[in-house]
Amino acid sequence: MLTFTIRRLLFAIPTLLFIALVIFMLLELAPGDPMANVPLTVPAEVKEQMRQALGLGEPVHIRFWKWIVQFFWIEPLNVFDHMFGTTFAEGKLRIISWQNRAPVFITIAERIPQTLWVVGTSYVVAILIAIPVGIYSAYKQYSVFDQAGTFVTMIGFSVPPFFSGVLVIIIFAVQLRWFPSIYDTRLVVDSWDSFGMQVRQMFLPVMVLALQITSQLSRFMRASMLDNLNQDYVRTARAKGLREKTVVLVHVLRNSMIPVVTVIALGVPAIFGGAIITEQVFKVNGIGQLLITAIQANDLPMVQTLTFIFAVLIVLFNLIADVLYGILDPRIRYD
Amino acid sequence: MPDGDTRNVLEVNNLRTVFGTRSGEVHAVNSVSFHVKPGELLGVVGESGSGKSVTMMSLIGLLPSPPADVREGEVLLDGEDLLKVTPDRLRDVRGGEVGFIFQDPMTSLNPVFTVGYQIMEPVRRHMGLNKKQAKARAIELLELVGIPGAAGRLSDYPHQFSGGMRQRVMIAIALACDPKVLIADEPTTALDVTIQAQILEIVEDLRAKLGMAIIWITHDLGVIAGIADRVAVMYAGQIVEHAPVFPLFNDPRHPYTRALLKTIPTVSGERAAKLQVIEGQPPMLGAAPTACPFRDRCPLVFDRCHAENPLRADVGDGHDVACFHPLAHTAKEAVA
Repeated sequence: MLTFTIRRLLFAIPTLLFIALVIFMLLELAPGDPMANVPLTVPAEVKEQMRQALGLGEPVHIRFWKWIVQFFWIEPLNVFDHMFGTTFAEGKLRIISWQNRAPVFITIAERIPQTLWVVGTSYVVAILIAIPVGIYSAYKQYSVFDQAGTFVTMIGFSVPPFFSGVLVIIIFAVQLRWFPSIYDTRLVVDSWDSFGMQVRQMFLPVMVLALQITSQLSRFMRASMLDNLNQDYVRTARAKGLREKTVVLVHVLRNSMIPVVTVIALGVPAIFGGAIITEQVFKVNGIGQLLITAIQANDLPMVQTLTFIFAVLIVLFNLIADVLYGILDPRIRYD
Repeated sequence: MPDGDTRNVLEVNNLRTVFGTRSGEVHAVNSVSFHVKPGELLGVVGESGSGKSVTMMSLIGLLPSPPADVREGEVLLDGEDLLKVTPDRLRDVRGGEVGFIFQDPMTSLNPVFTVGYQIMEPVRRHMGLNKKQAKARAIELLELVGIPGAAGRLSDYPHQFSGGMRQRVMIAIALACDPKVLIADEPTTALDVTIQAQILEIVEDLRAKLGMAIIWITHDLGVIAGIADRVAVMYAGQIVEHAPVFPLFNDPRHPYTRALLKTIPTVSGERAAKLQVIEGQPPMLGAAPTACPFRDRCPLVFDRCHAENPLRADVGDGHDVACFHPLAHTAKEAVA
């Protein structure tokens, strides 16, 4: 398993470099001008000077190489400096956002907590709901509970968040006035009161996102349980005189969790990716919102960096999913 | 061989099991009665779909319900009717007093738990042993079924065992709590012949050692001839003939049994141009039978067979047969 993991990590390096190149070339080919939002009164030659100042005058391969160096060397050095109070990265140019001329990673670090709070919580909530629901619907297949679950998950899966988001705002924020409709990033959680406020402002976006993820995951869990409930070993477990609870929650569940855990692991990068639409609807200034505004402003370093971080996470969690699969299923051996 | 004990450890009377399906009911088991004594081996034969497995699974409630419904009958295990006991008591019986071995050893073990864990489960559940005692018992069981290096194999997973070895593990699980009755549902069907011989030997050996009653389901008449004390022949969810093993093979009375015995190809002499078959298909039973279910395939069929379903009638020496034809009641096979 260890050699497998190391080998996969080494293979990940060329993969990621290639992904970085593809993202860079795609952004290069995409139309758009970082100066598009500059007022028309600014003369063309000034705009050109501004472009030069952003480094756009350099050839493509130089800019790509600079970005690679900044991402893999200078930014980690900055992290190191920050942690240990050293000054290795002093005077070196970091990846700078074209929008606000601040280092990209500082902006990302500002946005990550909101995204993790909202999207991460919804993921956890969804897992906690979906797994029991999936188990029970499979165990009582075609029961009222199962039918109702199928109906709700069908709705949850097919209604887009820009609709369900606005709907819950109208119901819970406008009509009932239970929850705020806007997420306030400035809220500092330092007391029980502010924690309660944090929970309230998270409630609606978490609800919208969790509905979607739950729908998907509970269907998956149900299908996986159904696959296993009819297996011969379940009959053997019953013939041994085990309690129904043991049969279902130990023998069947352990087998059913194998594919589900993989799906859950593969879904984690999406948490960091944020939920672009839901974040927009509830004004959560998270990663998803950062990416969308960066795209609108032609802020290529920001877009490039964010997209590449997602790529790294996806490659990483693919590996984690594979390793988990190997741990959960004794029949899988990677050596 | 049965000892002097005449007490029946398991007695089944008039068992009826019906499956509810979308296209109506299927009467899989129709008024089946049989019994076994301690130390005795009852063979149950019949072609696929004759209700052998369903009968045995009905005994200890292993059929999923719905669709299965055990409509009537009694299953007396030492006088206690298993169809009337509480679910808790039934769970104590399963694995504790009645052991079950299934047909396919490749899929009957849980792939994600170690063999040791799966053997220790019933031991801990029924015998109340602690972890250490259960482990000792598991090693003892694996040695009993002839798995070499038993102690070292407890932490192995089922996929690390061959088919024959897995079936031994299944036998070890079934025997874990010294059951009074062992039900073996085609335990050697999925195995090759040499492994089958080994498994048969183990079971014979264990029967002598442990003295439990065994019900052995198979469609292999050769196996039955080798190990059974008594044989019940099933057709269309009924027992059509039941006799001690020698009379059954020497003096089969039911036309179905006779036909079944003829289907065995001989390995000596001229090779037959065509294998013997029983023409036709067993019936699908949409309702409880009101006529002999074998009538459409029977060479001896006559009027009464279409009007009434024959009941099992004694023809002497513990031999009974469900057939109206006089030939079934009188002498040895005279007509084909």
